[in-house]
Amino acid sequence: MLLIYCPYCQVKRAETEFHCGGEAHIARPSDPSKTTDEDWVDFLYTRSNIKGVYAERWRHIHGCGRFFNAVRDTVSDDFLKFYKAGEPMPDLNALAAEAGK
Amino acid sequence: MSDVLAGGLITPDAGETPLLSLSSLSILKAAPLARLSFRAREASLGAAGTAFGLDLPVAPLSSNSAEKRAALWMGPDEWTLLAPEDELQAVFDAIESALSGHPHALVDVSDRSETVIVSGEQAVWLLNTGIFIDFSLEEFPVGTVTRTVFHKAPVMVWRLAEETFAVEAWATFMDYVSGLLVQSAKELEAA
Repeated sequence: MLLIYCPYCQVKRAETEFHCGGEAHIARPSDPSKTTDEDWVDFLYTRSNIKGVYAERWRHIHGCGRFFNAVRDTVSDDFLKFYKAGEPMPDLNALAAEAGK
Repeated sequence: MSDVLAGGLITPDAGETPLLSLSSLSILKAAPLARLSFRAREASLGAAGTAFGLDLPVAPLSSNSAEKRAALWMGPDEWTLLAPEDELQAVFDAIESALSGHPHALVDVSDRSETVIVSGEQAVWLLNTGIFIDFSLEEFPVGTVTRTVFHKAPVMVWRLAEETFAVEAWATFMDYVSGLLVQSAKELEAA
Protein backbone atom coordinates (compact mmCIF):
# COMPACT_ATOMS: atom_id res chain seq x y z
CA MET A 1 0.00 0.00 0.00
CA LEU A 2 1.20 3.52 -0.79
CA LEU A 3 1.64 6.10 1.94
CA ILE A 4 0.59 9.50 0.65
CA TYR A 5 1.23 12.92 2.21
CA CYS A 6 -1.65 15.37 2.07
CA PRO A 7 -0.24 18.94 1.88
CA TYR A 8 -3.49 20.32 3.35
CA CYS A 9 -3.85 17.95 6.31
CA GLN A 10 -0.03 17.79 6.59
CA VAL A 11 -0.05 14.09 7.46
CA LYS A 12 0.86 10.86 5.73
CA ARG A 13 -2.10 8.57 5.26
CA ALA A 14 -2.81 5.22 3.65
CA GLU A 15 -3.67 5.04 -0.03
CA THR A 16 -7.26 3.95 0.82
CA GLU A 17 -8.09 7.52 1.87
CA PHE A 18 -7.13 8.87 -1.56
CA HIS A 19 -8.28 8.80 -5.16
CA CYS A 20 -5.87 9.23 -8.06
CA GLY A 21 -7.00 11.80 -10.63
CA GLY A 22 -4.59 11.11 -13.48
CA GLU A 23 -1.95 13.35 -15.00
CA ALA A 24 -1.60 16.87 -13.56
CA HIS A 25 -1.16 20.26 -15.21
CA ILE A 26 -3.39 19.63 -18.21
CA ALA A 27 -4.80 23.04 -19.04
CA ARG A 28 -8.33 23.26 -20.39
CA PRO A 29 -8.37 25.23 -23.66
CA SER A 30 -9.26 28.82 -22.80
CA ASP A 31 -11.65 29.16 -25.73
CA PRO A 32 -13.25 25.76 -26.41
CA SER A 33 -15.36 27.00 -29.35
CA LYS A 34 -12.20 28.00 -31.25
CA THR A 35 -10.35 24.77 -30.49
CA THR A 36 -10.02 22.29 -33.34
CA ASP A 37 -11.38 18.78 -32.94
CA GLU A 38 -7.85 17.37 -32.97
CA ASP A 39 -6.73 19.67 -30.15
CA TRP A 40 -9.87 18.87 -28.20
CA VAL A 41 -9.20 15.13 -28.53
CA ASP A 42 -5.66 15.77 -27.28
CA PHE A 43 -6.96 17.69 -24.29
CA LEU A 44 -9.52 15.02 -23.42
CA TYR A 45 -7.68 11.79 -24.09
CA THR A 46 -3.98 12.10 -24.87
CA ARG A 47 -1.79 11.56 -21.83
CA SER A 48 1.97 11.24 -21.65
CA ASN A 49 1.79 7.80 -19.96
CA ILE A 50 5.51 7.89 -19.33
CA LYS A 51 7.75 5.36 -17.69
CA GLY A 52 9.55 7.35 -15.04
CA VAL A 53 8.94 10.51 -13.04
CA TYR A 54 5.75 12.46 -13.68
CA ALA A 55 3.22 14.71 -11.94
CA GLU A 56 -0.28 13.48 -11.18
CA ARG A 57 -3.36 14.69 -9.38
CA TRP A 58 -4.59 13.09 -6.17
CA ARG A 59 -7.66 13.80 -4.07
CA HIS A 60 -7.82 13.24 -0.31
CA ILE A 61 -11.40 12.09 -0.74
CA HIS A 62 -11.78 10.43 2.67
CA GLY A 63 -10.03 13.29 4.49
CA CYS A 64 -10.11 16.99 3.74
CA GLY A 65 -11.58 16.37 0.27
CA ARG A 66 -8.99 18.55 -1.47
CA PHE A 67 -7.19 17.93 -4.75
CA PHE A 68 -3.41 18.24 -4.72
CA ASN A 69 -0.52 17.16 -6.94
CA ALA A 70 2.22 14.62 -6.46
CA VAL A 71 5.37 13.69 -8.37
CA ARG A 72 5.66 9.92 -8.63
CA ASP A 73 8.10 7.55 -10.26
CA THR A 74 5.87 5.16 -12.20
CA VAL A 75 8.56 2.46 -12.15
CA SER A 76 9.17 2.25 -8.41
CA ASP A 77 5.97 4.00 -7.17
CA ASP A 78 8.19 6.27 -5.07
CA PHE A 79 6.69 9.69 -4.40
CA LEU A 80 9.26 12.46 -4.85
CA LYS A 81 7.17 15.53 -3.98
CA PHE A 82 3.68 16.59 -2.86
CA TYR A 83 2.39 20.10 -3.48
CA LYS A 84 -0.88 22.00 -3.32
CA ALA A 85 -3.16 22.48 -6.30
CA GLY A 86 -2.40 25.71 -8.11
CA GLU A 87 1.32 25.62 -7.39
CA PRO A 88 3.55 25.39 -10.48
CA MET A 89 4.88 22.05 -11.65
CA PRO A 90 8.31 21.41 -10.09
CA ASP A 91 11.31 20.63 -12.27
CA LEU A 92 10.79 16.90 -12.83
CA ASN A 93 14.27 16.30 -14.21
CA ALA A 94 15.88 17.93 -11.16
CA LEU A 95 13.69 15.89 -8.82
CA ALA A 96 14.51 12.71 -10.69
CA ALA A 97 18.25 13.46 -10.60
CA GLU A 98 18.09 14.27 -6.91
CA ALA A 99 16.39 10.95 -6.21
CA GLY A 100 18.90 9.15 -8.40
CA LYS A 101 16.32 7.95 -10.93
CA MET B 1 -15.67 10.87 31.87
CA SER B 2 -16.62 11.83 28.38
CA ASP B 3 -19.51 14.07 29.46
CA VAL B 4 -17.18 16.92 30.48
CA LEU B 5 -15.24 16.80 27.22
CA ALA B 6 -15.99 18.37 23.88
CA GLY B 7 -17.93 21.24 25.46
CA GLY B 8 -20.26 18.71 27.07
CA LEU B 9 -21.73 17.97 23.64
CA ILE B 10 -20.72 14.35 23.17
CA THR B 11 -22.62 12.54 25.89
CA PRO B 12 -23.88 8.95 26.08
CA ASP B 13 -27.51 8.60 25.06
CA ALA B 14 -29.27 7.68 28.31
CA GLY B 15 -32.07 5.93 26.44
CA GLU B 16 -29.75 3.49 24.67
CA THR B 17 -28.24 0.33 26.11
CA PRO B 18 -24.44 0.21 25.80
CA LEU B 19 -23.28 -1.54 22.63
CA LEU B 20 -20.40 -2.95 24.62
CA SER B 21 -19.38 -2.71 28.24
CA LEU B 22 -16.13 -4.32 29.33
CA SER B 23 -13.71 -3.27 32.03
CA SER B 24 -11.15 -2.21 29.42
CA LEU B 25 -13.51 -0.91 26.74
CA SER B 26 -16.96 0.52 26.26
CA ILE B 27 -18.91 1.51 23.17
CA LEU B 28 -21.85 3.84 23.80
CA LYS B 29 -24.25 5.54 21.42
CA ALA B 30 -24.02 9.32 21.77
CA ALA B 31 -27.03 11.55 22.28
CA PRO B 32 -28.24 13.53 19.22
CA LEU B 33 -26.78 16.99 18.66
CA ALA B 34 -26.89 19.79 16.12
CA ARG B 35 -24.27 19.46 13.39
CA LEU B 36 -23.62 22.21 10.87
CA SER B 37 -21.39 21.94 7.86
CA PHE B 38 -19.75 25.31 7.28
CA ARG B 39 -17.66 26.25 4.26
CA ALA B 40 -16.17 29.68 3.73
CA ARG B 41 -12.98 31.54 2.87
CA GLU B 42 -10.61 33.06 5.35
CA ALA B 43 -12.19 36.52 5.24
CA SER B 44 -15.43 35.19 6.77
CA LEU B 45 -13.90 33.19 9.62
CA GLY B 46 -13.70 35.99 12.17
CA ALA B 47 -17.37 36.97 11.81
CA ALA B 48 -18.44 33.32 11.82
CA GLY B 49 -16.48 32.60 14.98
CA THR B 50 -17.95 35.60 16.77
CA ALA B 51 -21.49 34.61 15.79
CA PHE B 52 -20.93 30.99 16.77
CA GLY B 53 -19.30 31.95 20.06
CA LEU B 54 -16.10 30.06 19.39
CA ASP B 55 -13.13 30.69 17.09
CA LEU B 56 -12.87 28.29 14.17
CA PRO B 57 -9.59 26.35 14.22
CA VAL B 58 -7.26 26.93 11.27
CA ALA B 59 -4.57 24.36 12.09
CA PRO B 60 -5.06 21.11 10.15
CA LEU B 61 -6.90 18.31 12.01
CA SER B 62 -7.51 20.47 15.09
CA SER B 63 -10.64 21.34 17.05
CA ASN B 64 -11.79 24.06 19.44
CA SER B 65 -14.39 23.50 22.10
CA ALA B 66 -16.05 25.61 24.74
CA GLU B 67 -19.20 25.29 26.84
CA LYS B 68 -21.87 23.75 24.54
CA ARG B 69 -19.91 24.56 21.37
CA ALA B 70 -17.32 22.74 19.29
CA ALA B 71 -15.73 23.60 15.95
CA LEU B 72 -13.89 20.88 14.06
CA TRP B 73 -11.43 21.45 11.18
CA MET B 74 -12.46 19.24 8.27
CA GLY B 75 -10.52 20.86 5.44
CA PRO B 76 -8.82 24.17 4.60
CA ASP B 77 -12.20 25.77 3.92
CA GLU B 78 -14.54 23.41 5.73
CA TRP B 79 -15.62 23.06 9.37
CA THR B 80 -18.15 21.04 11.33
CA LEU B 81 -19.86 23.07 14.02
CA LEU B 82 -21.50 21.28 16.94
CA ALA B 83 -24.10 22.65 19.35
CA PRO B 84 -26.90 21.25 21.53
CA GLU B 85 -29.85 19.95 19.55
CA ASP B 86 -32.28 22.59 20.82
CA GLU B 87 -29.98 25.48 19.84
CA LEU B 88 -29.77 24.53 16.17
CA GLN B 89 -32.04 27.27 14.84
CA ALA B 90 -30.51 29.99 17.03
CA VAL B 91 -26.94 29.09 16.02
CA PHE B 92 -27.91 28.78 12.35
CA ASP B 93 -29.65 32.18 12.31
CA ALA B 94 -26.81 33.89 14.19
CA ILE B 95 -24.18 32.76 11.70
CA GLU B 96 -26.37 33.45 8.68
CA SER B 97 -27.10 37.01 9.77
CA ALA B 98 -23.46 37.69 10.66
CA LEU B 99 -22.33 36.49 7.23
CA SER B 100 -24.88 38.15 4.97
CA GLY B 101 -22.79 39.58 2.16
CA HIS B 102 -19.96 37.07 2.62
CA PRO B 103 -19.94 34.06 0.29
CA HIS B 104 -20.31 30.94 2.41
CA ALA B 105 -22.30 27.71 2.78
CA LEU B 106 -23.98 26.69 6.01
CA VAL B 107 -25.93 23.43 5.97
CA ASP B 108 -27.74 21.58 8.73
CA VAL B 109 -26.42 18.01 8.64
CA SER B 110 -27.57 17.03 12.14
CA ASP B 111 -29.42 13.90 11.04
CA ARG B 112 -26.86 12.78 8.48
CA SER B 113 -24.61 11.02 10.94
CA GLU B 114 -24.56 9.27 14.29
CA THR B 115 -21.81 9.09 16.87
CA VAL B 116 -20.56 6.34 19.13
CA ILE B 117 -18.19 6.93 22.03
CA VAL B 118 -15.35 4.42 22.17
CA SER B 119 -13.67 4.60 25.53
CA GLY B 120 -11.19 2.60 27.57
CA GLU B 121 -7.60 1.43 27.63
CA GLN B 122 -8.25 -0.79 24.58
CA ALA B 123 -9.88 2.01 22.55
CA VAL B 124 -6.83 2.66 20.36
CA TRP B 125 -6.36 -1.05 19.75
CA LEU B 126 -10.01 -1.38 18.75
CA LEU B 127 -9.95 1.55 16.31
CA ASN B 128 -6.78 0.18 14.74
CA THR B 129 -8.65 -2.99 13.80
CA GLY B 130 -10.17 -0.95 10.96
CA ILE B 131 -8.23 2.32 10.66
CA PHE B 132 -4.65 2.72 9.40
CA ILE B 133 -3.71 5.70 11.57
CA ASP B 134 -1.09 6.01 14.28
CA PHE B 135 -3.17 6.92 17.35
CA SER B 136 -0.17 7.46 19.65
CA LEU B 137 -0.50 10.69 21.66
CA GLU B 138 2.49 12.22 19.84
CA GLU B 139 0.93 11.74 16.42
CA PHE B 140 -2.73 12.11 17.37
CA PRO B 141 -3.01 14.31 20.50
CA VAL B 142 -6.23 14.97 22.40
CA GLY B 143 -8.47 17.25 20.34
CA THR B 144 -7.30 15.92 16.97
CA VAL B 145 -10.13 15.28 14.55
CA THR B 146 -9.98 13.69 11.13
CA ARG B 147 -12.07 12.00 8.53
CA THR B 148 -10.81 8.61 7.48
CA VAL B 149 -11.98 5.14 6.48
CA PHE B 150 -13.03 2.42 8.94
CA HIS B 151 -12.84 -0.86 7.02
CA LYS B 152 -14.94 0.29 4.04
CA ALA B 153 -17.01 3.07 5.61
CA PRO B 154 -16.02 6.75 5.78
CA VAL B 155 -15.92 7.90 9.41
CA MET B 156 -14.85 10.89 11.44
CA VAL B 157 -12.63 10.22 14.46
CA TRP B 158 -12.26 12.83 17.19
CA ARG B 159 -10.02 12.22 20.19
CA LEU B 160 -11.89 13.57 23.23
CA ALA B 161 -9.42 12.32 25.83
CA GLU B 162 -6.41 10.05 26.02
CA GLU B 163 -8.59 6.95 25.93
CA THR B 164 -11.87 8.33 24.62
CA PHE B 165 -12.81 8.79 20.98
CA ALA B 166 -15.95 9.96 19.22
CA VAL B 167 -16.51 7.95 16.05
CA GLU B 168 -19.04 9.47 13.70
CA ALA B 169 -20.44 7.74 10.64
CA TRP B 170 -23.33 8.40 8.31
CA ALA B 171 -26.51 7.01 9.85
CA THR B 172 -26.90 4.28 7.25
CA PHE B 173 -23.28 3.14 7.82
CA MET B 174 -23.52 3.14 11.60
CA ASP B 175 -24.79 -0.46 11.92
CA TYR B 176 -21.78 -1.54 9.86
CA VAL B 177 -19.30 0.54 11.88
CA SER B 178 -20.63 -0.20 15.35
CA GLY B 179 -21.26 -3.84 14.42
CA LEU B 180 -17.66 -4.34 13.35
CA LEU B 181 -16.38 -2.51 16.44
CA VAL B 182 -18.40 -4.77 18.74
CA GLN B 183 -17.43 -7.87 16.78
CA SER B 184 -13.71 -7.00 16.91
CA ALA B 185 -13.98 -6.37 20.65
CA LYS B 186 -15.18 -9.95 21.19
CA GLU B 187 -11.53 -10.92 21.10
CA LEU B 188 -11.03 -9.11 24.39
CA GLU B 189 -13.78 -11.11 26.06
CA ALA B 190 -12.18 -14.33 24.90
CA ALA B 191 -8.77 -13.38 26.27
